[in-house]
Amino acid sequence: MGYQSVSENSHLLSRIAAGDGHGENSSYFDGWKDYDSNPFHPVSNPGGVIQMGLAENLLCLDLIKEWIKEHPEASICTEEGLNYFEAVANFQDYHGLPSFRQALARFMGKARGGRVSFNPDSIVMSGGGTGAQETLAFCLADPGDAFLVPTPYYPAFDRDFCWRTGVRLLPINCFSSNNFKLTKAALESAYETARKNNIRVKGVLMTNPSNPLGTTMDRDTLKTLLTFVNQKRIHLVCDEVFSGSVFNQADFLSVCELLDEEPSYDKSLIHIAYSLSKDLGLPGFRVGVIYSYNDTVVKCARRMSSFGLVSSQTQHLLSHMLNDDDFTSKYLAENKRRLHTRHEEFTSGLEKFGIKCLPSTAGLFIWMDLRQFLKENTENAELKLWRVIIDDVKLNISPGSSFRCTEPGWFRVCFANMDDATMHVALKRIGDFADKVKDETTQLDDATMHVALKRIGDFADKVKDETTQLQQKKRFNKKLRLSFCRINDGGITQHLMSPHLQSPRSPLVKASH
Amino acid sequence: MVVKVYKPCVPLSAIATSSTHGEDSPYFAGWRAYDEDPYDATTNPSGVIQMGLAENQVSFDLLEKYLEEHQEVSKLVNGIGGFRENALFQDYHGLNSFRKAMASFMEEIRGGKVKFDSNRIVLTAGATAANELLTFIIANPGDALLVPTPYYPGFDRDLRWRTGVNIIPVNCNSSNKFQITKQALEEAYAKAKKADLQVKGLLMTNPSNPLGTAMTRPVLEEILNFISSKNMHLISDEIYSGSVFSSEEFISIAEILEERGYADAQRVHIVYSLSKDLGLPGFRVGAIYSYNDAVVTTARRMSSFTLVSSQTQKMLSPMLSDVTFTKNYIKTNRERLKRRYNYVVERLRECGIECLHGNAGLFCWMNLKPLLEEATTDGELKLWETILKDLKLDISPGSSCHCTEPGWFRVCFANMSIETLDVALSRFTSFMEKRRKT
Repeated sequence: MGYQSVSENSHLLSRIAAGDGHGENSSYFDGWKDYDSNPFHPVSNPGGVIQMGLAENLLCLDLIKEWIKEHPEASICTEEGLNYFEAVANFQDYHGLPSFRQALARFMGKARGGRVSFNPDSIVMSGGGTGAQETLAFCLADPGDAFLVPTPYYPAFDRDFCWRTGVRLLPINCFSSNNFKLTKAALESAYETARKNNIRVKGVLMTNPSNPLGTTMDRDTLKTLLTFVNQKRIHLVCDEVFSGSVFNQADFLSVCELLDEEPSYDKSLIHIAYSLSKDLGLPGFRVGVIYSYNDTVVKCARRMSSFGLVSSQTQHLLSHMLNDDDFTSKYLAENKRRLHTRHEEFTSGLEKFGIKCLPSTAGLFIWMDLRQFLKENTENAELKLWRVIIDDVKLNISPGSSFRCTEPGWFRVCFANMDDATMHVALKRIGDFADKVKDETTQLDDATMHVALKRIGDFADKVKDETTQLQQKKRFNKKLRLSFCRINDGGITQHLMSPHLQSPRSPLVKASH
Repeated sequence: MVVKVYKPCVPLSAIATSSTHGEDSPYFAGWRAYDEDPYDATTNPSGVIQMGLAENQVSFDLLEKYLEEHQEVSKLVNGIGGFRENALFQDYHGLNSFRKAMASFMEEIRGGKVKFDSNRIVLTAGATAANELLTFIIANPGDALLVPTPYYPGFDRDLRWRTGVNIIPVNCNSSNKFQITKQALEEAYAKAKKADLQVKGLLMTNPSNPLGTAMTRPVLEEILNFISSKNMHLISDEIYSGSVFSSEEFISIAEILEERGYADAQRVHIVYSLSKDLGLPGFRVGAIYSYNDAVVTTARRMSSFTLVSSQTQKMLSPMLSDVTFTKNYIKTNRERLKRRYNYVVERLRECGIECLHGNAGLFCWMNLKPLLEEATTDGELKLWETILKDLKLDISPGSSCHCTEPGWFRVCFANMSIETLDVALSRFTSFMEKRRKT
């Protein structure tokens, strides 16, 4: 099947389509590409790249699996559940199954220790957390408007919040000097910068617990933020997607709790984005949630949910599961425990090699400090180091610059998307790398140390050049018709059928499915 | 004492405050009337019968039977080996097996007359998302798409709301059974040019909603020539392709392209969904099939906002790949829809109501022009209100579908039991009898 090459007609696509607002040219995704082309497997590919750049939670899927086995009536394709099939298959109401909304409200309340109660009628479905972010941007801001976002932040926000909406994200810079806490000065400065550039600020977008930091916001910071948005009369979008993944004793303080405490805060400014992709480890099921205290936003978001409803089959299953109080209590407690254990093991392992992480109490990752290994305090040096880690150490970790971190040398490392054995392999590799660099540096004087690091850097450059050439080769192949890529031609894999396309691919999912 | 302070509401976006979501249309007002007073044979026999929602419930038993007889599907979805992988699977390409199954099903529907490459399929959560997504890809805010009238009211939202794109209608009328003509296409294009709007594409539904007719070969050829000469895209929404009463009568744009050796194919994109043919609107399974590599790539990226639940992909994969099942399903579904359609049209004719001669879909296009007090949109809406309030039937007025000729109504017949259908038809009969007497 041969179709004309599209290059002559690329002008036929929209600006949105032709631009790179899809965000896939970020180094965040480059690492995924390297993982995809050489994925670690303990038996078949022990030298492959370990994926530590995808924030997934696999630690408690056994609990969910067990529940599903014990409750066949919750599945519409089992004997026990088949009588629900027709009603569920037919159900396309934008409100979602009432039992599903109730279940979500209960689960979200539980994740906050029962200190907040959510109204099921204010819950709106979306196509995953991705869809929730985009929908909120469409509801709250016009093209050209801006939201302020504390750095470092999840790279895909640039796509989710901005790509098709035309809304901008402007950074609120945070620094390691105070553990990257958000300050009033930083908020004011970011707002002022926007104002000077004649950009209308419509709100603040924050993630709490933070991705990539893994920290939770303290009461004072939350209050500062709430006061700020109230004073400026702008919206606050809180992405609480990791709210059920807080461990280590510290309880999670949601912005919702402060709203109840302080009636002078205008609730109509506050909108929560949530999803079951992280806490429940179900990214495939595409369950996104928007919870807004603003009825107009709820109404508008609900209309927009037509573009990203949750499959009724999934709603049906999860409404049973999340309405099971015993199960959800047990799950949340066990999830915390397992994440805590994994976090402890990993960070103490790193500590032994002299590698420090930002102290964190939540999330599926740690924020690792590799500044000591930087040749110079620049983004370039960070990316060089990162290439060494991918190519030499064979770990896909995410460079801080891809999260717009102001300080080079920080890396996000995911630890919850692998089993214990793989984690130990990863630790060993990091340890070996750290030892190697230390050996090379302790025996050397400054000048020679720089030579050593330069060699590592040059090696990285060399590999980068080779990789770029390989990518260019792939890019060349992109001009061929997609059907050519089905031919197994010396390494051109199935993934080339959508070049430069980086959707999350879990290490636990087999390549051909 | 808590003092309530009323602060001015912080503004939402222009998109949020506009009414382009389209819900103020009588199309949806009828749905609301049904919601408030829904018919039930035992508990509410005088309630509103919903004939304004195009759903297909005539063939569910076939699906249920399949699942009953294939319990390995439930093991596949919930069993030991697959669950974790499935729960984690969020690849924008979708499950390989599912894309292949969709391609296979789409080929079966077209009687094997065309082949679909599963690598060109992009999955979206429903056709609603597919149409919006394609619009984002082929048009900029302020541009225009041509859409033949009458058309599905949801397009006003799907194509325009968040995209900022305009719809210019290509007006069709009953003088030639509402077929699209070259003249109508040119007129619409000229109108756009005059308004300084850049036309980026034509979106057509084949078979048509609300007409219930499949497009003929000459019309399809005409359309392809037109879009090629004007250097624009063509979106063919073939969501009802499996609901054409007889397979010979459906010609997909894919067939015409194949015959032409795929010249201009990179302009063409097909939209499909399982909501109508399979009657599974709740599962949110939509698909884009594009012959344009850049569109496939971009659509796949954008599908991140609207992926199909991996659980649903897993469940439906075996069923749609089972050619024995799909062949039988498609054939049986067509027969049952045809029987229903003929039954409805005959009963309506008996009480003096004519319909456009249709050969597809879940509805008929009813001609109530003779009943209008005045041949205007107002006259039509008055009649619609009467039918809603007095007959307690929610049918969709042609004006909500942008029909330029007042007096036409879309009447859905596949979303209810035959008993309920009889009740609805008898209400039409009594209404017409009463009119004859007065």
